[in-house]
Amino acid sequence: MAEIVLEGITKRYPDGSVAVHDLDLTVADGEFVILVGPSGCGKSTTLNMIAGLEDITGGTLRIGGQVVNDRAPKDRDIAMVFQSYALYPHMTVRQNMGFALRLARTDKAVIAAKVEEAARILDLTEHLDRRPANLSGGQRQRVAMGRAIVRDPKAFLMDEPLSNLDAKLRVQMRTQISRLQRRLGTTTVYVTHDQVEAMTLGDRVVVLRSGLVQQVGPPQRLYDEPANLFVAGFIGSPGMNLLHGRLEEGALRTALGDLPLGDRLRRRLTAANAPREVVVGIRPEHFEDAALLEHPVGGATVTVGIEVLESVGSDVFAHFTVEGDAVSGGGLEEVGARQEEAGAGAPGREVVARIGTSTRAAEGAPLELWIDTERLHVFDPATGAALSGEERVTDG
Amino acid sequence: MTARQARSATGWGVVNLVVVLYALFPVWWIAALSFKDPATLTDGNFVPRSWTLENYRGIFRTTEFTRALVNSIGIAVISTTIAVVLATMAAYAVARLRFPGKRLLIGMSLLIAMFPPISLVSPLFEIERALGIFDTWPGLIIPYMTFSLPLAIYTLSAFFREIPWELEKAAKVDGATPAQAFRLVIAPLAAPGVFTTGILVFIFCWNDFLFAISLTSTDAARTVPAAIAFFTGSSQFQQPTGSIAAAAVVITVPIVLFVLFFQRRIVAGLTAGAVKG
Repeated sequence: MAEIVLEGITKRYPDGSVAVHDLDLTVADGEFVILVGPSGCGKSTTLNMIAGLEDITGGTLRIGGQVVNDRAPKDRDIAMVFQSYALYPHMTVRQNMGFALRLARTDKAVIAAKVEEAARILDLTEHLDRRPANLSGGQRQRVAMGRAIVRDPKAFLMDEPLSNLDAKLRVQMRTQISRLQRRLGTTTVYVTHDQVEAMTLGDRVVVLRSGLVQQVGPPQRLYDEPANLFVAGFIGSPGMNLLHGRLEEGALRTALGDLPLGDRLRRRLTAANAPREVVVGIRPEHFEDAALLEHPVGGATVTVGIEVLESVGSDVFAHFTVEGDAVSGGGLEEVGARQEEAGAGAPGREVVARIGTSTRAAEGAPLELWIDTERLHVFDPATGAALSGEERVTDG
Repeated sequence: MTARQARSATGWGVVNLVVVLYALFPVWWIAALSFKDPATLTDGNFVPRSWTLENYRGIFRTTEFTRALVNSIGIAVISTTIAVVLATMAAYAVARLRFPGKRLLIGMSLLIAMFPPISLVSPLFEIERALGIFDTWPGLIIPYMTFSLPLAIYTLSAFFREIPWELEKAAKVDGATPAQAFRLVIAPLAAPGVFTTGILVFIFCWNDFLFAISLTSTDAARTVPAAIAFFTGSSQFQQPTGSIAAAAVVITVPIVLFVLFFQRRIVAGLTAGAVKG
């Protein structure tokens, strides 16, 4: 167990392209940190550099206080779980899990004991003498985990370990990994492109885009206070609704209608020296069917024409379209691609509201929606930076 | 099965049968010849009327054939071993590493394979005589190795490419040195490929006639295909047909056994289950 410190870590390929740019990150001893971002953001490269599978072109990497930039993977004492599991097909589960210990010339009895122990934790005891080819996807995944934990390494590195599992198994394993990490208390760096995994697993989340850190913080913080448009669009499902807006006399003029600014938001915007043209972000859950609220306090009410209603049991998602161009820039295209895969629609003109199940809303009919204007997010369209963030107040 | 499918299946069956018969007919003929006695040798029967093992006894009675058999086995085994070991290392580098001149290396090795051997026989003859390795084992092992390496490198690098690279990364993270990763993880997985290549190279060395006849002069290094050409009948008026047939059968059998024995290892996809899927 150890602290992992990345100081100005940079990966530049011989052709000049930069995969990771000046990354600073300290993973505390026992901490579970998630690297998340769309494909090509440099998250896997970062992990490979920590593991020693890729050379570090710039910066310093310290594991447990020692600079390990030029050490071979075997001398770094870290364990890695690969996306494809990378189990040795010619070895049994037992041999797979004991391989690292065998290489370290550990006593045979100790290896056997450790493998048995890991197998018990992961519920693999009855499969110990089978080969990977005869295991199900979930079992293979557990063997890959087992191979990492028998070694009791300084740190675990996990490269999208759940992405090859089906949806149900993924949720199960997610909980299991989280429990395992807490139990072992081993420093863990986990790479994923799935923001749900990022939100649920980590103590802290690092959002990366094109090799640049966008924001580092606890999951809830990233959700509540996204530092920029990219993080706002990336974290949360369905994604945050983003609209163009104009600041005019204490109100935000958007395609949805005029939204009054609360005192808190107004103070922050003034402190941040906000431009007139801004991008407004509203999370789906900050809408509500106005008819369901007995005494709406503050906020604003707008009338929209509902196009599609999707009930997921606990909530109803109301989709509607507003006038105006889609918000673009700030890397939102990459996020958009991700959201289209998830079926949530691109940010911009289409708006999604999460409302209570007792709503009387009907498809094709107009609906009065209440918006919690206290929870609005405001971004600078030029830089993508959040203008409504907490930090702005202290800065100003 | 519909009538049409049945007809198509029968059609294919007939075609397969014809092809198999066409391919195996000469084999059967030579085998039948080897069991005939000199009197019935030319009677044109495909099944010997009187069976005899005299031809086999005959070829093993003199050292001409047994000596050649020892040469054949020795030269083929040594060439195959060296070629496969070298090719394994070269193919691994070709499949895994990025190094300057990689394409050139592959191109050069293919170029060697493209030279018609007949055009190289005369220079090789001169070179080997100058070096003093003419009519020796190394005199055959070196050209066999050279000419089988391109094929071996090509086949093996295809096999290495099939092995997921992540296995090697996993081994490295597990604490293996590059040599250990190769020996304990990559090599066992490449075994089917190594066997396949080994068989191909062995067959090439075993069957070669051109180099064997040109680069040898005595039975010090003459291999069976060349030695058969020097078979003589028991009298000047007798063709050694029976002996040649028997010798041909004797050198075919090991190859057939060899392939049958390793067939399962070749076919078995050892990499199944390494990664997802």
